[in-house]
Amino acid sequence: MTNLTTIPSAGATTAEPPAPAKETGRRVNPLGGVAHLALFLWALATVGPLIWVALASFKTNEEIFLDEPFGLPQSWAFKNFADAWSEAHIGQYFLNSVFVVLLSTAGTMLLGSMAAYVLARYRFPGNRFIYYLFVSGLAFPTFMALAPLFGIAQAMNLLDSFFGLIVIYIAYSLSFTVFFLVAFFRTLPHEIEEAATVDGAGHVRRFFQVMLPMAKSGLVSIAIFNIVGQWNQYLLPVVIMQSEDKYVLTQGIANISVSAGYQAEWGQLFAALTLSILPMIIVYAVFQRQIQAGLTSGAVK
Amino acid sequence: MRHGKYPFIIGFLAVPVALYAIFVVGAYLQMFRLSLTDWSGYGTFKDIGFDNFVKLWNDEVIWTALRHNGFLLLVMPIVTIAIALLFAFLLNVGGGSKGGMTRGVWGSKIYRVVFFFPQLLALALVAVIFQRVYGPDKSGMINGLLPDSWEPWLFLADEKWALTCILIVLIWQAVGFYVVLFSAGMGSIGQEIYEAAALDGASRITLFFKITLPLLWGNIQVAWIYLGIAAFDAFALVNIMTVNQGGPNNSTQVLSMQIYLNAFKYSQAGYASAIGVVLFFLALSFAWLTLRVTRSDSVEA
Repeated sequence: MTNLTTIPSAGATTAEPPAPAKETGRRVNPLGGVAHLALFLWALATVGPLIWVALASFKTNEEIFLDEPFGLPQSWAFKNFADAWSEAHIGQYFLNSVFVVLLSTAGTMLLGSMAAYVLARYRFPGNRFIYYLFVSGLAFPTFMALAPLFGIAQAMNLLDSFFGLIVIYIAYSLSFTVFFLVAFFRTLPHEIEEAATVDGAGHVRRFFQVMLPMAKSGLVSIAIFNIVGQWNQYLLPVVIMQSEDKYVLTQGIANISVSAGYQAEWGQLFAALTLSILPMIIVYAVFQRQIQAGLTSGAVK
Repeated sequence: MRHGKYPFIIGFLAVPVALYAIFVVGAYLQMFRLSLTDWSGYGTFKDIGFDNFVKLWNDEVIWTALRHNGFLLLVMPIVTIAIALLFAFLLNVGGGSKGGMTRGVWGSKIYRVVFFFPQLLALALVAVIFQRVYGPDKSGMINGLLPDSWEPWLFLADEKWALTCILIVLIWQAVGFYVVLFSAGMGSIGQEIYEAAALDGASRITLFFKITLPLLWGNIQVAWIYLGIAAFDAFALVNIMTVNQGGPNNSTQVLSMQIYLNAFKYSQAGYASAIGVVLFFLALSFAWLTLRVTRSDSVEA
């Protein structure tokens, strides 16, 4: 900072009006100040609404309409949370989401890595065709074929069933999972696999005992990507799940939001929101690095 | 290796390919078939030729939705990328240079962690939060913060501003992800390039436009595609936040909402499929255009 900026100005002192006094000491970087301000304001805009939600979840309806959005609640009572848990069924929605995402991510990872392994490492007629069939799915938004998807689920008796939702999550996650893992498997060395073949390991054993352990970093990234994506899915459950006790969290929250409007139970809605955001903050605090790496892995290859 | 190769390949591919073929490829194929029928979503249907497409051409709401999608598709990526580039630059080299080393501003790690967090929240959750943030009375966060004497702003209930409100939420959620993505890209640009340029007397603004931007071009293209997909969907936001699912007076209507409404609310699943078919060709041309642009770029480089 010092050597770059002071040398030219020192040489030009005679021609220019006398520099301000602080020029001689540590020069304050004006861009630095603006930069700090901009970053700080965006951070404020990011956490502001979340803090507001957390504060409001302790407030009564009257306090929420008091025109002091960031005022502290009069008492830190947990009544709203208890109501959100029991009356608004946020706990049920939460467990439904956990159940669905656990199975659908596991299924996506197993089936996706199996397909990707075969497509990346074996030559056979139709290999390119199947690969491009999977990858072409990336070009189209999920909502495009919503009506026929509903028809298919209906014909197969999969409407309003967890099994149906899980299977559909898996099907729609395969495009990206296969695309990502094929590229990843191709980068892994062939030598260890060949050594295992010499040792008499069959195809299946080679996949589970040699390839998967080698591919761990890629598998973790894509697993995180799928967990976040499926946890946050909203469109598919809205179409598939119809009875309220089977709603997943995103659907449930949207539902609470609508009924909060009718019954004017805003505190309950904010408590439900806080309860859904809190686990994300905890998970993010613990796995911040892995999550950032996992979610950006699709973009940096 | 040789014996049992095909049974193994078939065994590994059967389930993933079957799931994908039924729920994704199957839905896309049926979409074409159903677009020529008067299917309501339940029961039987009959062929009506190209009636749905004629109706579509004359449907004002579809054109409005298409215009809104176009607006989001154009503005959302540009603004998000611009803000993210600026923040990533400030975080990485905004702190000026010390002993010839450019560095990020103070606290850049914390900023990165905070900015990224909204990416982890489900869009449905974000939609519910911001519906309250934009609340049209004093219980809304923004109206609560405005001076008491002001009339409350209507936000989502105001035809003129509703779509902009949606746009702002999309940007709010997306920026952090691209700050992290671009930061990773900038981190891989060698320090010595910046040092050399700084020794030549280049200002920070020159550094940004002459060094950072060209070297990040690949990342920016990826960001463009991802943001385009996100801007094109927007279903969760429009369905949850807006007045009357796309209102007021269709001022926030988008194609995803139109497909959903026609398929599940207006009992016009055949018509919803026809909208899907149009979307199919739009997405295909977008993908084709993207491939062409990125390919011609890589030849130049």
